[in-house]
Amino acid sequence: MERDDAAVGRMEIGPIPRKSFSGGRALLWILPVAFVGIFFYIPLLSILRMGAGAALRVGLGAFSARTILNAAGFTFYQAALSTLLTVIVGLPGAYVFARYEFPLKRLLRAFLIVPFILPTVVVAAGFESLLGPGGWVNLALEGAGLIRQPLPFLHSVGAILLAHVFYNTSIVLRLVGSAWERLDSNLPAAARVLGASRWQAFRRVTLPLLVPSLLAAAALVFLFDFTSFGVILILGGPGFSTLETEIYIQALQAFNLPAASLLSIVQIGCTLALVVISTRLAQRAESATLKVGYRTARKPVSAAEKLSLAAVLCLLGALFFMPLISPVASSFLRTEAARGERTAVQTGFTLDYYRELFINRKEAAFFATPIESARNSLLVAVATTVIALGMGIPASMLLSRPGRLDRLIEPFLLLPLGTSAVTLGLGMLVALSRPPLDLIRSPLLLPVAHSLIALPFVVRGLKPALAGIPARLREAAAALGASPFRVWQAVDFPIAARAVLSAAAFAFAVSLGEFGATTIIVRPDFPTMPVAIYRFLSQPGGLNYGQAMAMATLLMLLCAVAVTTIERTRE
Amino acid sequence: MHPYAVHRPVRGICGARGENFSRLLGLLFVLPILAGCQILNPQSGYTLTVMTHDSFAVSDSVLKQFEQSTGIQVAVLKGGDAGEMLNKAILTKQAPLADVLYGVDNTLLTRALNEGIFIPYTSPELGSIPPEFRLDPQNRALPVDHGYVCVNYDIAWFASRGLNAPKTLEDLARPEYKGLLVVENPLTSSPGFDFLLATVAHFGPDGYLDYWKSLKADGVAIVDGWETAYYTNFSGSSGKGPQPMVVSYATDPAYEMIYADPPLSAPPIAALEGPDMCFHQIEFVGILAGTHNRAPAEKFVDFMLNSAFQEDIPMQMSMYPVKSGAALPDAFAKYAPIPSRPATLAPEEITAHRDEWMNRWKETMLP
Repeated sequence: MERDDAAVGRMEIGPIPRKSFSGGRALLWILPVAFVGIFFYIPLLSILRMGAGAALRVGLGAFSARTILNAAGFTFYQAALSTLLTVIVGLPGAYVFARYEFPLKRLLRAFLIVPFILPTVVVAAGFESLLGPGGWVNLALEGAGLIRQPLPFLHSVGAILLAHVFYNTSIVLRLVGSAWERLDSNLPAAARVLGASRWQAFRRVTLPLLVPSLLAAAALVFLFDFTSFGVILILGGPGFSTLETEIYIQALQAFNLPAASLLSIVQIGCTLALVVISTRLAQRAESATLKVGYRTARKPVSAAEKLSLAAVLCLLGALFFMPLISPVASSFLRTEAARGERTAVQTGFTLDYYRELFINRKEAAFFATPIESARNSLLVAVATTVIALGMGIPASMLLSRPGRLDRLIEPFLLLPLGTSAVTLGLGMLVALSRPPLDLIRSPLLLPVAHSLIALPFVVRGLKPALAGIPARLREAAAALGASPFRVWQAVDFPIAARAVLSAAAFAFAVSLGEFGATTIIVRPDFPTMPVAIYRFLSQPGGLNYGQAMAMATLLMLLCAVAVTTIERTRE
Repeated sequence: MHPYAVHRPVRGICGARGENFSRLLGLLFVLPILAGCQILNPQSGYTLTVMTHDSFAVSDSVLKQFEQSTGIQVAVLKGGDAGEMLNKAILTKQAPLADVLYGVDNTLLTRALNEGIFIPYTSPELGSIPPEFRLDPQNRALPVDHGYVCVNYDIAWFASRGLNAPKTLEDLARPEYKGLLVVENPLTSSPGFDFLLATVAHFGPDGYLDYWKSLKADGVAIVDGWETAYYTNFSGSSGKGPQPMVVSYATDPAYEMIYADPPLSAPPIAALEGPDMCFHQIEFVGILAGTHNRAPAEKFVDFMLNSAFQEDIPMQMSMYPVKSGAALPDAFAKYAPIPSRPATLAPEEITAHRDEWMNRWKETMLP
């Protein structure tokens, strides 16, 4: 019976017309394809060619196929499990954000993206104080007499999974949440009237309609987990090796470029296969389109609704904010009193670490105040957002009503997200350091590199939203004489606005938090905030540590404010 | 064209936020064009580019003085840690990104020389540098500074438990120090690799793995890198972690005094001083083959070896100067004495066995 309801929904809106590949479409493709081609595929092929050349000359050295198999196996294992857990944690969150209005909703939504941008070292300090041998959880369990020895939470697969859920749940929350919000709540309600249980209505009606956005989110989460680096090394510990960490070790520490190239090829092959499969699955589900035009969120009414809303919010709050308490607290509290041989004990609240951020104690050249590094971060993030939207909007317009050729192009736009940052960084270094593409010293390279990672977010976030727009609305506009751009402006954009802004928020956040091999060459006179945090953390001394935590706190604040602002533009 | 000029229109977009989204979309297409003009307009002006590792730092006044007296503008590019940076320099040796490369140390020296990235330069300043630092007889790589990777311990932690600090590498593996040491993974961290080299120097290439097995049995903690080891695991830092001993640098006690808040009366940590417990590291500078700025590059190398820069090194980079007679800041002279019995290995030997020692370590410690 529920099947019929879904079918009614489908018939009402009508099938999506297939488009053939025309000149106009080719024109729209030029920009995104040229961008990814020049900044991703040329560098990638350059470095792989160098690796292959070196392999022919010197062979693979002390490097075995077993290493590749082990690394690939563990990479898949942890990424699949992490993705599953992230989706399980994210779905209830997506539901409450889509269906309910509650106080501080927008602020909370903005804050939930904060973990996404934090340097792993800072997050690791938070997890250590929470779950480490002397952390609160172990102390509480010991205090309650439940355990004798501290439980080894950290340096385990569990720590990797937990950190991945912490980092990536906001992807599910936003991508699935925005689809859920546009979902006609009458459909599951009709199923309930016709006698389906709550669970049946969800499983047979709601879930199938969410599949495209769910797959889009899961694919992004998987790719992030698949190429995750800091989490594996710092929270997992040296016992674990993935393709990404092996590539790093082989390329930059063992100086074995052939082995690193081979690992990169394996990694890219896996990524490509995965992206193709997820795109196929999403296509099969695409015939289910979404009702548009009004927002479905309302205030919780019954006690049960209020209770479940509170439970979900508390859970999310605990997961996201508990690990952040310790770094923030460290930025306001003196730590000297608890160590060393001291004469006077001094503890308590201090703003010294923040004040110190503005002082160039060492009178070092290339010193940047936090304002300057925040400005740098903002500039790069804005540029990244602009580039990623500029490339991503035309691409997702095309992909929302794809022809055969468009479908072939799609996986190639997503590949940068599933490619090792080390490989990409070295490739850019080789390919973009001489004329005609002498860009390696250009400050524009940073937003370009960030945009490659942000682009998949824009494409995956926008495509389901645009695909869900009934064709008859566009046809009506066109019949009334609107130009294609006017149609887009009057029909597509207002409906997809939330998805556009969510994509913009992600592009912004990707850039704000990015610190890795994609930075390739750092110009010390143009440090971004994560670079500044690492600069403080790379030196001993209480002041340096305090300043790193103060800077991390400022980064969180900047991210939350910026994301709130981006999402406000809708009104 | 100023390199950051391309960012300005972006700020304009930010201001237009919320007014008219389609105007913003129109601007989206301007940016790639600006990127194009960046391609056509490479930076002009006379600058010397120095490529270094992330730890490079210099006082503003010292650098300004060089720039003013020579008329040479200095641009700095940072390429990651020393190993990463050297790799990047080797990958781009056909079209070098810089004129001068600083930060290759004795563990990487032979690889840099074998790849032929440097050209020789016999600086007049070399005369005041003791011969033990001058590892390249052809002067392709010139010594700038040196330092020591040691085991540091938390003084108060040991004092409060009435435990004596270990005196030798062998002591570290004894049961009374079980679970008290954190080291960095030599595969991902350069101080971790340096400590591995200290054990190779002390126990020999055939004996070091047995020593590591005994450390493993004694519960040694292994983490990815220095930041985690020092700030998350080590009890003597502000992170107040579980292990009171950490593989770190001999200069840390001085830094802990200088960067304490509120000030401390004595350093909270000290380096263990036993035979071969510290690995001696020497950092070099060289002129990159293929530079078109040979004369200014030579001037910059001379500058790095003269007194002003040499005396600036401890406070900026927490290393010791190589120049004889270069004055040390008080905190270093007082709290960070130069270790008397450090471990050393010949650079050629390190390069020849680097992979092998790392891989065998990995098989033993992280099977």
